[in-house]
Amino acid sequence: MAKFEYAPAPESRAVVDLKPSYGLFINGEFTETEGGSAFKSISPATEEVLAEVTDASEADVDRAVAAARRAFNGAWGRMSGADRGKYLFRIARILQERAREFAVLETLDNGKPIKESRDVDVPLAAAHFFYHAGWADKLEYASLGSNPRPHGVVGQVIPWNFPLLMLAWKIAPALAAGNTVVLKPAETTPLTALLFAEVCQQADLPAGVVNIVTGAGATGQAIVDHPGVDKLAFTGSTGVGKMIARSIAGTRKKATLELGGKAANIIFDDAAIDQAVEGIVNGIFFNQGHVCCAGSRLLVQESIADDVDKRLKRRLSTLRVGDPLDKNTDVGAINSKAQLQRITELTAAGEAEGATRWSPECELPSKGFWFRPTVFTGVSQTHRIAQEEIFGPVLSVLTFRTPHEAVAKANNTPYGLSAGVWTEKGSRILWMADQLRAGVVWANTFNKFDPTSPFGGYKESGYGREGGRHGLEAYVTTEGKA
Amino acid sequence: MVDATARARDLLGVSRLTNAALTTWLHGLPGVDQVGCEARAAGLGTRSIKTTSKAWAIDTAISMIDLTTLEGADTAGKVRGLCAKALNPDPTDSSTPRPAAICVYGDMVPTAKEALGSSGVNVAAVATAFPSGRASMAVKLADTRDAVAAGADEIDMVIDRGAFLSGRYLDVFNEIAQVKEACGSARLKVIMETGELVTYDNVRRASWLSMLAGGDFIKTSTGKVAPAATLPVTLIMLEAVRDWRDLTGEMVGVKPAGGIRTSKDAIKFLVAVSEVAGDDWLDPHWFRFGASSLLNDLLLQRQRMRTGAYSGPDYVTDDSPSLY
Amino acid sequence: MSPATTQNQRTPAADTRVDVRKTYKLYIGGKFPRSESGRSYEVTDAKGRFLANAAQGSRKDARDAVVAARGAVAGWAGATAYNRGQVLYRVAEVMEGRRAQFVAEVRASEGVTERQAESLVSQAIDRWVWYAGWSDKYAQVLGGLNPVAGPYFDISAPEPTGVVAVLAPQASSLLGLVSVVAPVIVSGNTAVVLTSELRPLPAITLSEALATSDVPGGVVNLITGRTAEVAPWLASHRDVNAIDLAGAAGAADVVWGDLELAAAENLKRVLRPAGTSADAVEPDWTRTPDLSRLTAFLETKTVWHPKGR
Repeated sequence: MAKFEYAPAPESRAVVDLKPSYGLFINGEFTETEGGSAFKSISPATEEVLAEVTDASEADVDRAVAAARRAFNGAWGRMSGADRGKYLFRIARILQERAREFAVLETLDNGKPIKESRDVDVPLAAAHFFYHAGWADKLEYASLGSNPRPHGVVGQVIPWNFPLLMLAWKIAPALAAGNTVVLKPAETTPLTALLFAEVCQQADLPAGVVNIVTGAGATGQAIVDHPGVDKLAFTGSTGVGKMIARSIAGTRKKATLELGGKAANIIFDDAAIDQAVEGIVNGIFFNQGHVCCAGSRLLVQESIADDVDKRLKRRLSTLRVGDPLDKNTDVGAINSKAQLQRITELTAAGEAEGATRWSPECELPSKGFWFRPTVFTGVSQTHRIAQEEIFGPVLSVLTFRTPHEAVAKANNTPYGLSAGVWTEKGSRILWMADQLRAGVVWANTFNKFDPTSPFGGYKESGYGREGGRHGLEAYVTTEGKA
Repeated sequence: MVDATARARDLLGVSRLTNAALTTWLHGLPGVDQVGCEARAAGLGTRSIKTTSKAWAIDTAISMIDLTTLEGADTAGKVRGLCAKALNPDPTDSSTPRPAAICVYGDMVPTAKEALGSSGVNVAAVATAFPSGRASMAVKLADTRDAVAAGADEIDMVIDRGAFLSGRYLDVFNEIAQVKEACGSARLKVIMETGELVTYDNVRRASWLSMLAGGDFIKTSTGKVAPAATLPVTLIMLEAVRDWRDLTGEMVGVKPAGGIRTSKDAIKFLVAVSEVAGDDWLDPHWFRFGASSLLNDLLLQRQRMRTGAYSGPDYVTDDSPSLY
Repeated sequence: MSPATTQNQRTPAADTRVDVRKTYKLYIGGKFPRSESGRSYEVTDAKGRFLANAAQGSRKDARDAVVAARGAVAGWAGATAYNRGQVLYRVAEVMEGRRAQFVAEVRASEGVTERQAESLVSQAIDRWVWYAGWSDKYAQVLGGLNPVAGPYFDISAPEPTGVVAVLAPQASSLLGLVSVVAPVIVSGNTAVVLTSELRPLPAITLSEALATSDVPGGVVNLITGRTAEVAPWLASHRDVNAIDLAGAAGAADVVWGDLELAAAENLKRVLRPAGTSADAVEPDWTRTPDLSRLTAFLETKTVWHPKGR
């Protein structure tokens, strides 16, 4: 037993008022499904049922799109940018006011540590709305072309790894540009989206501007296929992203896709080594590794590989895995049984293909979905665990000798979302950034996000950018008559 | 007694310990990224230490305090008062631990020794023309020897920051080694005055230089210059002692001093010790807080945990209120 | 308290409350001092009726304000753009909360109808929100990567110039005031503002809103008084980086060319008043601005770094 044991420090659940069941948020109010069914949303840490949620039908999606269309043709479409901005400012401020409530609910539904929902997810979500509020009446300055106009109705499907934050990344720019929205949260994490609907009501957002329809794959497909949707935005797996790209082929429907990744986190022998180790840990164990841009491949210069290995494993022994609501938890629960199965399968494959597996000792709770932080050393490019996205707290370690070799290995993948570079040499940082085929390059840092900073991938990590001036591009058009 | 110069030659792998050799070695240490370091410190600061662990942390922090008075206006009366406080920090609660040491100017050592008797509370003396360090080596050594002769158990020296910042690392090395020799059996704490070193790279280099030269403790500050002890700076020092043990098998202590006023702050430092250096440093022999007002804040927190109600200044004794 | 009710107080009826009248002071360094000169002057409404005594700022007040403004630059320019945007938005929130007070003061100061005053106050608040929204965007619009013909990373970014002296518009006592102050501070500059000489009261009420909105002391400093007396001291002040001469238009005994001449001494960035040739006029503040009031007080910094293995 360690000398300094941390006593339980649970965040109270009392701030959240969970309803036993939720309908769909269409046209400014909660409504019952037409022909759909219900499913349960559970806490992945305890497997308890949190609430019953609606599985929307095609008819529900149709209603939602119609409501969005009416709002676009009506109040929202006629509104000045300045006024749209004011609604977004209100939403941002209310998110800040209700921050604790959202953080606790996100942790309950997703399984991520309260420390992360509280310090990262919720503040960034509020900041996204705040940033985009200011663009609403300044689009002509954003180099989007002359007379940029909204598309109309935007269909948005978001993943389970950052439920509220992904909702903010989607809704804020869409509304700032003057579109209206039909959004489907992931089936395992619908609750903060439904609470967000309440925020829309509190902000007096005109009915139909934001519509939240919960459901699973079929609901998502209904949104993708709906002829009344002018533009799609999807964040999720590359597999589903390709399906969407196929679905809209030959139509005029536009899409932006933010998909998977297998990022290389590259550590040179002259790196600030203690911070680099933190960067590795943040890169793959933040959010249990459920991050599209996770630094899931460590590329370490061979001359320092042993030292980094030793430092990393020592550091991992201080990671605390457990109750996500405990303020001291660093690594929370895996989001679902299905995801746990996938991680388990791929790590077994890693062992089978000859890599050396290591995890720190930690006790895991008996209920819920858990996976220990895991490091594979002796990994080669051809290993499955170096190629396939695991989407869990599993790091694959490879070595390199020269900058060129690091670049070649980093780029040798169909993905291209992000990369990390650790060196104290400025010219090398900039040279590497030039060479790496990735949409985001983090130098001497990792997993940093900001509403002003565009995010998105190369190659099969998707296309389009979110955040910043560039992120507005997807939500306006200069085609057609004014 | 270790021959610091011989050991240094051996560690560096050189036949003569020159300034150039030391420079190469120190500048070859990994750099510190400021933003990353501060982010880690901030992260450690979010640990929520409650109930039993808080009680343990408060008691541990108290036992690690070097209760300090370093004022020009210090008198025997002031020092006796401080010693009385150290012997019985909370008269309403005899289970309260005692601080590790009293820290005073060298000429106050006899007064402190007499007041503390054989209680086991150590006497630490600042020396070497504290706080500036601007005096000849002869004066600094005499300062040290006087304090040791008067019975000081620990000596807190200052390095020559001017020498360090102008790259005269060998001078700083020799200074520390000579003072260590003059300490005899007293333990030597080396004050780097991190506020004047400014960059984290300098803090790392000064830490390693101090350990190489034979310091038993590396200490952040004199408390006379701001910023004094910050969590990021202490983090770097904890990394240094951790890595030094990996290299040499030896442990060196860490003492943040100055600016640590609240229990909350102190607990953050203990979290850093635990998660960065490890359990072995969670002991007054290897970790100290240089503080004065911190003790009373810890006592207030201790009282709150005991009684369940918030306490106030009327309920902690204060022999050392401000002069002005 | 409405200044317009002042004359009704001369013979209080049994059921009329004797109100507590505001003392209008300067706003310097986050505090509300009187003028060091001890002077004040009468402020009247559009019809010449007494409204209040305002502090008559002196050159020493201006000097103190510049010191306060300079002291605030490091913290304000060093804050994140997000933080500055939020602070400015908060000012708008507080202004909205004090609508009624602003409406009454604008009405009394400018002699407009209630309806017009409402509109002006709404526009002033909205103008503030417009600028708040620029804080974390103008760098993306005005800065960028330069594709130099060599292996160098080359980037240009706008930075605040420092301390800006502002002569606030003489006629538009709130909307015009907001239109000149917000663009100065949103980017991290600090401001020393000479308010409208004859219509200073909304400015002091604005400073109360600033003081309660997390705006750090010294970021905005407001001096009421005679423009012709104080402006030359700001125009010649060598620790002032830029000067906005909008308030030269319509100011008694002020020749803006003379102020520009004095400003040339340390090559201040000068924003000339609207108008043609030597005339200075007050523009139509109701029009949505462009970026020129932002860029007037920004410096462009270009940084190079080689790219190599």
